[in-house]
Amino acid sequence: MDEIRYVAASGALGVGVDAEALDKSLDFRPHFIASDAGTTDAGPFALGSGTAAFPREAVKRDLTRVLVASRKANIPALIGSAGTAGGDPHVEWVLDIAREIAQENALSLRTAVIRSEQNPDYLLGLYREGRVRALDPAPQLDDTVFARSARIVGMMGVEPLQEALDAGADFVLAGRCSDPALFAALPIMRGFPQGLAWHAGKVTECGTMACEGPHGGVITATVRQHEVILRPVGEGLGCTPQSVAAHSLYENAHPYLHKECSGTLDLTQSKYTAIDDVSVRITGSEFIPSNDYTVKLEGAELVGFQSIMIGGIRDPFILRRLDQWLSEVKTYIYGAVERVLSLRPPDWTLTVHVYGRNAVMGALEPYTSAIPHEVGIVVETTAATQELATKAAQLSRQPFLHHGVPEWTSGTTSFACLHNPAHINRGAVYRFNLNHVAVPRTKTEMFRTEFVHLGRAPR
Amino acid sequence: MKLAELASLIRSKNAGPFILTFDIMFPDDESYLHVKHSGLLTVVRFAELFRCQEKHVQFFECDNARAFKFSMPRPIVQGNLGDGDMHGGQQFIPLMDIEIP
Repeated sequence: MDEIRYVAASGALGVGVDAEALDKSLDFRPHFIASDAGTTDAGPFALGSGTAAFPREAVKRDLTRVLVASRKANIPALIGSAGTAGGDPHVEWVLDIAREIAQENALSLRTAVIRSEQNPDYLLGLYREGRVRALDPAPQLDDTVFARSARIVGMMGVEPLQEALDAGADFVLAGRCSDPALFAALPIMRGFPQGLAWHAGKVTECGTMACEGPHGGVITATVRQHEVILRPVGEGLGCTPQSVAAHSLYENAHPYLHKECSGTLDLTQSKYTAIDDVSVRITGSEFIPSNDYTVKLEGAELVGFQSIMIGGIRDPFILRRLDQWLSEVKTYIYGAVERVLSLRPPDWTLTVHVYGRNAVMGALEPYTSAIPHEVGIVVETTAATQELATKAAQLSRQPFLHHGVPEWTSGTTSFACLHNPAHINRGAVYRFNLNHVAVPRTKTEMFRTEFVHLGRAPR
Repeated sequence: MKLAELASLIRSKNAGPFILTFDIMFPDDESYLHVKHSGLLTVVRFAELFRCQEKHVQFFECDNARAFKFSMPRPIVQGNLGDGDMHGGQQFIPLMDIEIP
């Protein structure tokens, strides 16, 4: 085998798979099709709550296109970080969708389901053995964090995927997974250089984002012993050396070094050259194996339940001394909540975002001296139960409405509520609580593979 | 000229939930090298604009991408109470006004 060819169907399953481009890419005789389906970018809610960030219909549409194309070409399909966060409920959710797709499209899929949700007791054992290490920056860790987390996943590398492919899976459905690993697994398994295989995966995991041109299309990669060739399929799309080089910066703290379970992808010596108007050759990428096999952990824990209230202020007498006015209102609200509900911080939290002033940048906002003609205000009340959060929001409305404005004699209404009721219950709120890696005793012990058959019986 | 007039793209984004990363890209080598040789994009300048300690700032000059990159710890972890920019996409604004002679 002198090369491995593959198609990256989408940057995120659920955002869209260009069916026409995917079909056309099969002419390129790929050895597999893969797509990432997850991210932490949407925030901690998906991981904490066990739900996906995309509607079922969108994921089903995209997964149908991937699975139908892969069966048409008789090649494996790989989906990683199922259901946004890659926890067990997320994997179940996508598995259920895949089962439905297989039935409706008369597909027969030998499916490897790889779960990556972690048992808190197992992690506590690793922690006590010194096998949990902080990345920089990391939240403070203690031995209660695992049990109090709503969910923790480990990010798998190529090894569990390779085992699944080696066992003949038509469809690999993986929990939380390194995005590039989905694409690097097969080339590395077939003996291609790790640096090139990982780099190809790094570029293609966001779909055609590494290209110039319109949205849509798919990107293909050819991994060889001394080079990777990237070529998009889709009207008006093209890779250029600069677009590919620039993509390695996206959402990465370091432009050249990318840590994976088994080592570090090093792009310091990578060279990008144009082959034609749309294709780019990559050479020189290296992979530095690490001594320890490390698995990145992602955890989310419940902060509490939240209600919000949205409104605006237009009165220039308030706006010219807004900080002072807000501080007085907050003091009043803290007092009211303590008197009525016997709640004091940190048992509840009052957060006020002032749009038109510094809501977007917070403490980083450089322009705070100008007096806006109007501000939008979002008040968040967060407490241990939804009932308490709701009551705290209800107690916040009157102080915002009627807190005094010295320039007026009395009886003003200063806060323009957007809704009735003024508050909206937001339900559970989570936070990320780990930026750590685990050092497992074996490379595969953190991931559990199960084979299931989807669709019609195998011939 | 202001940096925003020379660059083809200035952006900020989460690099995971704990880090913000900033990319400054240019349409051609000339503008990229002009800014690079000005020596005005530095860790010190960035730390001042974003009110963080210099030791927490990473800075890269990426010639093959015609880009500069800064990374810093998020002032508030993504999604924690008080965070107003879940994706970190609107934090680059102070970079736009850097004067490049």
